[in-house]
Amino acid sequence: MDDLTNEQILDILSDAERLLPVARGELYLPLLKGRILGNLFFEPSTRTRMSFETAMKRLGGDVVNLGDVKTSSVVKGETLFDTIQMVDGYTDIIAMRHPRQGAAQYAQDAARVPILNGGDGAGHHPTQTMLDLFTIQQAHGRLDGLKVVLAGDLRYGRTVHSLSHALVRFGCDLIFASPDLLRMPEEIVSDLKAHGANVVETEDLYGSMAEADVVYMTRIQKERFADEDEYARCAGAYKLHARHLADMKQDMIVMHPLPRVDEIDPSVDVTRHARYFEQAFNGVVARMALLCRLLGVTVPADVLAEGGAL
Amino acid sequence: MSNEHSMRRVTAIRNGTVIDHIPSGQAMRVLEMLGIGGETSVPISLVMNVPSKKMGSKDIIKVEDRELTQPELDRLALVAPDAHVAIIRAYSVAEKLTINLGDEVVNVVRCTFSNCITTNLREPQPHRLRVIERDPLQLRCHYCGRPQELGELANNVL
Repeated sequence: MDDLTNEQILDILSDAERLLPVARGELYLPLLKGRILGNLFFEPSTRTRMSFETAMKRLGGDVVNLGDVKTSSVVKGETLFDTIQMVDGYTDIIAMRHPRQGAAQYAQDAARVPILNGGDGAGHHPTQTMLDLFTIQQAHGRLDGLKVVLAGDLRYGRTVHSLSHALVRFGCDLIFASPDLLRMPEEIVSDLKAHGANVVETEDLYGSMAEADVVYMTRIQKERFADEDEYARCAGAYKLHARHLADMKQDMIVMHPLPRVDEIDPSVDVTRHARYFEQAFNGVVARMALLCRLLGVTVPADVLAEGGAL
Repeated sequence: MSNEHSMRRVTAIRNGTVIDHIPSGQAMRVLEMLGIGGETSVPISLVMNVPSKKMGSKDIIKVEDRELTQPELDRLALVAPDAHVAIIRAYSVAEKLTINLGDEVVNVVRCTFSNCITTNLREPQPHRLRVIERDPLQLRCHYCGRPQELGELANNVL
C-alpha cells in the first residue's frame, strides 16, 4: 500500500465500483483476455486464492496454480528466487502468499512481472486492505474521518496491520480493542502515532463501540494462549452478539476478514450492521481493479456500454 | 610529573590499525562486530572511557599486525559510524580510512527477524537493510520491513 498515493487508492476503489456488475456475472467484460495469472500460494488460503482466480476469470483471463506445496518443487528445496524465475516466464502477473515475511518484496525484486501480495508471514496483506477500504467506502460513502474499532487478535492478525496504516492515511480515528496478550505491536502503534493518528488502546470492546462507524472483528486463535482457561476468558470478551448492537449508530458496520469461529454470533448476520459476506464478495472486485491496474489496462468509464451479455 | 601526565595510556604500535573516536563504552561491541578477540592471536589494546575534547569521552582500540578491510569497515559503520580508522605502518599513519554509512547496508549483516524470507541463506538476492535514522541508528529490512535489533546484528554478520 505504501507504493500507492491516497489518490491512486481512491482511483482503484472507483475502478472496483464500476466493475461490480462484471464481478456479479451480470456483464461480460474480457479486459484481461489472453493474460495469465500465476497463483503462488505457499500457504493454505481459500478466499484469497479463489477470489484472485474468480477476478481473473471474470475479466476473461486465465489462471495457473502452483498447486499443493507438498507436491511442488518447493518441497525439493527450491528457493523462492528460482520458483519466481520459472513462474515469471509462464505468466503475466503473479499473486502470492508465503509464510515468510518480506517474501512479496523479495519476489518483486526477482521478477519482471508484477507481484500482488496475498499475505506474507505476519507482514502485509494489501489486497485485503483494498477490499476492506472498498467495503467501508461503500457503506459510508467516504473513508476520511471515520471512527474504526479493530478488535480481537491485533498482534498476529496481518489484515489489521495493513488496514490500520491505510485508515490513518485517510484521517480515521482508531480504537484497538484486544486482550493484553494480543495487543497491536508497539512498533506499529508508534508508527501510526508518528503519522499523526488518533489511537486509543483498550481491553473493553463493548465500551468502545458506541460512537463507532466500523467494528472490525478478527479471530482469536486458541494456540496463542498458554492454557485453555485463559483462552476462554479472553476470547469470551471479544464476541459480538446481536444484543450488543442495540444502541449502536444506525449505519455502523461489522466487518470480519473470515473465517469466523465464535467471535460473531450468527444472530448478527440478520442485523443491518453485518457486512462480512459482502466484504468477502468485494474481494473479487477489489482484486479485479488491482489486476487491471498492474497490467496497465484501463477500466472503461462506462462499463455498461463496453460490456456484453454473458 | 607533567611528563607522566602526557604519556600515552597505550604505547604506539608498529603495524596495524587504530580505531579512535568510538562512542564511550562501545569498544566491546566493535570487537564483537569485527569478530576480533577470543580466537584472534594478534595483540589488541583497548582503552575505554578516556576523556576526549570532541566527544567528552571515548573508546580506542589498537589492533596489531592487522589492517582492517573494507567489509570490516562496513560492519564498523553499524556500531561506530563516526570512528576514525588509521592504518599504521612502521609507527606512522600510512592511511586514513573513511567509514561510509550509506542509505542502505547491503550484504553486511542479515535481518535479525527470525521469520524474514532472507533467513533461508540459500536465497540468492542481497541482504539489504535500510538506514532509517543515523543517530541513534535505526535500520529496517528492505524485504520484511522489520526494525532491526542492533544488539543482535553481531550474530548475523555475513
